[in-house]
Amino acid sequence: MRTVEAASLEVSGVELAFGSNKVLRGVDLAVPAGQTACVIGPSGSGKSTLLRAINRLLEPDAGDVKLGGESVLRGDADVLRRRIGMVFQHFNLFPHKSVLDNITLPLRKIKKLDAEAAQAAARAQLELVGLAHKAGARPGNLSGGQQQRVAIARALAMEPEVMLFDEATSALDPELVKGVLSLMADLAEAGMTMVVVTHEMGFAREVADQVAFMDHGVVVESGVPEQIFDAAESARLRQFLSQVL
Amino acid sequence: MDIWSTLSDTFLDWESMKAVLPEMLKVGLVNTLILAAASVVLGTLLGMIVAVLALSSKRWLRWPAKIYTDIFRGLPAILTILLIGQGLSPITRHWWGPNPYPLGILALSLIAAAYIGEIFRSGIQSVEKGQLEAARALGFSYTSGMRLVVIPQGVRRVLPALVNQFIALVKESSLVYFLGLLASQRELFRIGQDAAATNGNLSPLLLAGIFYLLITVPLTHLVNHFDKRLREGRPVESEDVELEELAHANR
Repeated sequence: MRTVEAASLEVSGVELAFGSNKVLRGVDLAVPAGQTACVIGPSGSGKSTLLRAINRLLEPDAGDVKLGGESVLRGDADVLRRRIGMVFQHFNLFPHKSVLDNITLPLRKIKKLDAEAAQAAARAQLELVGLAHKAGARPGNLSGGQQQRVAIARALAMEPEVMLFDEATSALDPELVKGVLSLMADLAEAGMTMVVVTHEMGFAREVADQVAFMDHGVVVESGVPEQIFDAAESARLRQFLSQVL
Repeated sequence: MDIWSTLSDTFLDWESMKAVLPEMLKVGLVNTLILAAASVVLGTLLGMIVAVLALSSKRWLRWPAKIYTDIFRGLPAILTILLIGQGLSPITRHWWGPNPYPLGILALSLIAAAYIGEIFRSGIQSVEKGQLEAARALGFSYTSGMRLVVIPQGVRRVLPALVNQFIALVKESSLVYFLGLLASQRELFRIGQDAAATNGNLSPLLLAGIFYLLITVPLTHLVNHFDKRLREGRPVESEDVELEELAHANR
């Protein structure tokens, strides 16, 4: 994994509601450049919504999101998203395009690379995730783990400063989880700033610099993995951990 | 008088078929293809616009599309064709004279656009929400995401329904005959009908029917082909991938 130009990420007091349903009720999360924060918590606690508020797929109602120290809420959201990579639970590769074209499409259309440069960059990225030999295949002919690695390659090819992972391994068969997690660990090791929403507690304990536990739209407790997993303070976190560990 | 000879006189009079065949080919077939092809192109373009409007998040864009679809799907084709073809002709005759083709094509296209718009809309709506979300997360605008990622997938899924609509257009093109056609403008149906009236038997109409089938039956097979490919994927391509996989495994 090559070195990356990562930026710090700071979420403060972010609120977001779907109609009368308040999903985020003032979330705070600070991730220094090059660090990995894992977000854990029960379903419906607002973890995925938080990621979408960070890259403004959903617009926060209140609060602020700072990337590299600057607020991202005022500028053009499309430009902001070029700086933030996102990986989804269901991969969301474009099924009508080949693996290679999935990666070259945003490079050509958004980064305005010519076809040759885009292909070279895409192939290099596929090489890094170990799937160079699948360049010509359709996503539908790949295993889930391979698809997710392509999705990660697609996001990385845009050279983001922050990566968001939304339950990236939840839809995978158990035997395929490891390959994706180790790729994510490599990326963390290479110095990417990452926010990882995950149910993989082993990954959170080993890779995260910081673990944040969310429940009912707020970060209830956060800290280094040892503190969260071995010395949880709040009753809600202890109860959650007793159910998942 | 036995039934067989009556039927054969009515439908299988080779002489009257032979007599009308050259005109059927050179005039009728050509005109039917012109009418159908022009309406297919215009109807598809208009239909895409209707679909995009119908999918808009803004109500004042959605509503006109809805009303349009309701009206042109709900009226008998012949009524729409007469209203537009005859009704607008006093205005348009300043531009291209009394030629009924432009307005006939417009009417056919407007009707087709209502159906095609619904076909596109359902196809585009069937594309998973995550596709647009992934495109937007990469930095595509809503418009580029729809254009490059969502719409191509949606259109692919409805190709069978779309071709069915084209088949309907080929058949409905016969209705422009109600607008009154010059001899050189007559399409398959009108030529068959005129010859049938002159000869006192229906054989020329049967011949016209055969020509319609020559156009529509291959299209039907195209539908089946698309349908099969949608269900099973592209056989050749998946084979390639398998071979590639094997090659990789043996490395």
